[in-house]
Amino acid sequence: MRHLAYLSVLAGCLLAALWLEPVLKVNVLRRWRRLVLTVVPVVIVFVLWDLAAIAAGHWTFDPAQTTGVLFPGGLPLDEVMFFVVVPICAILGFEAVRAVLRKPAGDE
Amino acid sequence: MSYTAAALLGVLGAVLVDLVVLRTRLVTRVVFWSTYPIVIVFQLLSNGILTGRHIVIYDPAAILGLRIAYAPVEDLLFGFALVLLTLSLWVWLGRRGVDRSPRAGEGSALLDRLR
Repeated sequence: MRHLAYLSVLAGCLLAALWLEPVLKVNVLRRWRRLVLTVVPVVIVFVLWDLAAIAAGHWTFDPAQTTGVLFPGGLPLDEVMFFVVVPICAILGFEAVRAVLRKPAGDE
Repeated sequence: MSYTAAALLGVLGAVLVDLVVLRTRLVTRVVFWSTYPIVIVFQLLSNGILTGRHIVIYDPAAILGLRIAYAPVEDLLFGFALVLLTLSLWVWLGRRGVDRSPRAGEGSALLDRLR
């Protein structure tokens, strides 16, 4: 179970944000094409940053608290999932604030 | 390059994307700065667990050593770059007509009742 520590934190983030979809109807998941087109480049940029940081020794991951699935360069699957989950949560939060405040964001 | 320098470059890159490349200008908008405090609270919480429980371990030589809720202060810059790049792309795609609707809040009985 300890191997799931990192993924549990990500699951917690999702739980904290996903309710906005049905309750406030932020319609982020319904606009899934736009969501995919946003998340893919973000994952690419931040995976490259992460690989450089791992190579430079900026940070390491506890093998006992991560899934153990590693991509080339020593990048854990858990960390890649971070770059998928955090953007989804950020967009859910952003669209919720928009729905409540009704302030322009530039795509109206 | 230290994590400190990389994080500063990351913020600079994200701000350039927002202001110059995609011209979404989110850093000039109320809606962005209203969202950010909420993001920070959840970041400090989740990042605090990741660093406090030593799931992610930092090389002391790569960071300033200033920590907020266990996490190196550089993580706040990293998170800012991640969230700003994400939201800039999201808004840019909407402006280009990709899934502009249904808009946020459309069809929410709760929001209708609150108004």
